[in-house]
Amino acid sequence: MATELPSNIKSSDVLTDQTSSKWLPPGLALQKVDERIMTLNVGPQHPGSGHMRLIVQIDGDYIVACDPDPGYVHRGEEKMAEYRNYITNIPHLERPVIHDSCNVLYPYVLGVEELLGIEVPERAKYVRVIASELNRCIYIMYWLAIYGIFLGHSTMFMWPAGDRELLIDLMEKMTGARVTHAHFVPGGVRNDLPPNFEEVCLRQVAYFEKRIKEYAAVFYDNPILIARTQDTGVLSRQDAIRLGTTGSVLRASGVDYDLRQKEPYDVYEELDIHSNVMKEGDSYARSKIPWLDMMESCNIIRQALQKMPKSGSVRVKLKPNPKGKGLNTVYKRVESGRGSLGCYIVSDGKPEPYRVKLSVPSFRNLIALPYLLKGEKLGNMPSVYWSLNYWPVEADR
Amino acid sequence: MSVIAPNFKLSKFIVAILGDVFWILLLVVLVGIPAIFIILFYIPLPVINGDLLTPFLALSWLVNPTLTIPIVKAFMTTDIFRVMAFPGFGFAVLLAASVIFIERKMMAKLQLRVGPFYCGKVEGILQLMGDGLKLISKEIIIPAKADKPLFWAAPVLFVATAAAFVALIPVAPGWVVADVDLGLLAVFAVIGFFPIITILSAWSANSKYPFIGGIRALFQMVSFEIPLILSLLGVVMVTGTLNLSEIAASQSSFPWIIFLPIGAIVFFITMLAELERIPFDLPEAESEIVAGWLTELSGMMYGLVQLGTYLKLYAFAGLFTVLFLAGWHGPMVIPPFPSELLANGLEMGPITLTIDGFPLFTQEMLNGTLWFVIKTMAVIFFIILPRGVFPRVRVDMLLNLGWTKLIGLCFVNIFIALGLIYAGVLGPGGLQ
Repeated sequence: MATELPSNIKSSDVLTDQTSSKWLPPGLALQKVDERIMTLNVGPQHPGSGHMRLIVQIDGDYIVACDPDPGYVHRGEEKMAEYRNYITNIPHLERPVIHDSCNVLYPYVLGVEELLGIEVPERAKYVRVIASELNRCIYIMYWLAIYGIFLGHSTMFMWPAGDRELLIDLMEKMTGARVTHAHFVPGGVRNDLPPNFEEVCLRQVAYFEKRIKEYAAVFYDNPILIARTQDTGVLSRQDAIRLGTTGSVLRASGVDYDLRQKEPYDVYEELDIHSNVMKEGDSYARSKIPWLDMMESCNIIRQALQKMPKSGSVRVKLKPNPKGKGLNTVYKRVESGRGSLGCYIVSDGKPEPYRVKLSVPSFRNLIALPYLLKGEKLGNMPSVYWSLNYWPVEADR
Repeated sequence: MSVIAPNFKLSKFIVAILGDVFWILLLVVLVGIPAIFIILFYIPLPVINGDLLTPFLALSWLVNPTLTIPIVKAFMTTDIFRVMAFPGFGFAVLLAASVIFIERKMMAKLQLRVGPFYCGKVEGILQLMGDGLKLISKEIIIPAKADKPLFWAAPVLFVATAAAFVALIPVAPGWVVADVDLGLLAVFAVIGFFPIITILSAWSANSKYPFIGGIRALFQMVSFEIPLILSLLGVVMVTGTLNLSEIAASQSSFPWIIFLPIGAIVFFITMLAELERIPFDLPEAESEIVAGWLTELSGMMYGLVQLGTYLKLYAFAGLFTVLFLAGWHGPMVIPPFPSELLANGLEMGPITLTIDGFPLFTQEMLNGTLWFVIKTMAVIFFIILPRGVFPRVRVDMLLNLGWTKLIGLCFVNIFIALGLIYAGVLGPGGLQ
């Protein structure tokens, strides 16, 4: 990402390498040091950074410039996908966000189904919706816990981290794994719902909804929190569209754009979905939208459980080692916990995909960070940074 | 319990303790006592009161209460006892240690978790000891470009200043280390040292995050010192004295919090800021500046600063109790020492034992200490509680609160005190 010069440094102040005896590659220049400006390397070994670095320049308590430096956890998941066939890619492609593993896998599975021409059973589509919404809640709870501790609110760290276990237990009953589910496969889901699942799910979700409503009293209605996060890091509607942000960040800036409504996939068009939009575009709105999304997810789960066919197959049996039909490309996207998550697959008729490219919401939201932090106080840095609904591992892939 | 500590059984725990006791006794009897007697055989024994001090005589003196109790009582009147043990450092450290344990368990209950659990077998009661041992055994790392003498001195100075603060707090009638006539001024003087020590430590570390944290601590402490001093003026006006013992004694019928609630609230808020507790823990804001001015402190240097912080917490809570909650006053709950025991002595079979020097502490002193500890613990409870409820404030919000709202409230409090005096309700010395 290109670094802009801080506003109080003129371009004429930038020295070219004439005085220094050290050799510099062409195009690079030494920058004159302003004694008022202090450069902080926030991360990667900093409790408030995640797996990345923010190069922050501060003048007193005000941030002059911020340069995010992701890439510390790049694992080459996209390249690895070129060496494995369509089915064995599944456990790999959920690694970027293991807390949101169903949603990360969703566009890939939808794309492979289109490439291979598979029709998915109706019941499997509903099971996918339920799993995806449960997983969205699990992700948002984790995100909320970290948002709480970034603001110094230790109760808001412990409560979501504990209440998350309710849904993790539910997912464990459903898929057999606590975090990395690998549940979605081309042609449906890996296995059917366990007996008695509907009753347990309704009970757990009802309790979960009751719990997250209690968070308002201790967190979202807290006067100190409101005073701290309101009118900080304001992203206007135009800027949010121009910078290409997605998901909760976009909806907090007043753009009603939820892929579950606008581009429904699987059975989302048959469900009544309410999209949460706020107009403020500040850090508070960005942190409140995911919380409202969790309640919406609970509604969607209840609707899906009601409309789901009570019996039937959940998986189409595939041929062993399926191949794509000739040179073919497909692009599918879904609404993940952080925003629109796209997957572009190129097939050249072999058992392995020719190319898999993930278009991740985290990286697109991170682009807004330098614009939001410029001119903010240093105390606002953690709240603005984490309100962008950013997951470092997903941005690096 | 079965899920968290599956292997714990009370019977095994008791057997383990009994085993330890058995081996200690066996070693003392078989090795320790013979060794002492062998050494005594070779050295000449002194003559005391005409008797040769044989080992038998020395041991019988040790267990003779008529000889030991007066010695203990004489020791208790000395300054060293007051400084080291009872109203001073030892008592404060004991309270501070229990505060750390209570805080951790309380926050755990509030946040739906267990808290310290393993260390000490019973609800993690020895966790603090374990933490202390860990801190002592850790290597102390000094930054290469630090100003070493200042950097070393800062934690020690911090504890010393906190201990000086503790010394000014009266615990029971007559039980105070330093009974200064201008006690409250001395308190303000001691509090004034903390920002200096903080900025010394932060600056001498020669590192960015401690520097920012130190500057923040300086902002916070300096801007909250003014409302702190102003909020206590009301109490000084109605009592007419600066001596903390006299202020506590003047509240025998009513605590000042009834007449001066605004002053008490302002003092409580400034106390939170001076103690760097949540919501005012900006100098140690983890997600912004790592650990603030404590970032470069390692090992026992960090432990000393923590000790000083909790001593300071106790001292501030004690000051609140003395100034607003009537100090040691409270209903008499300690039973009086049985007087027939003093007159007739203790009958033990064929012999009657009369002991000089009993009782060690008067009834008033024990009762006063009990009420002081209860009230101080209640204040500490309210100091800890915001940690579970509030997020951290920002620097500009903090300064705005300190310089405008709190100072305004302080003047309201002073006018209330003046009104009470001129209306004749209160005068120097209490209710008229």
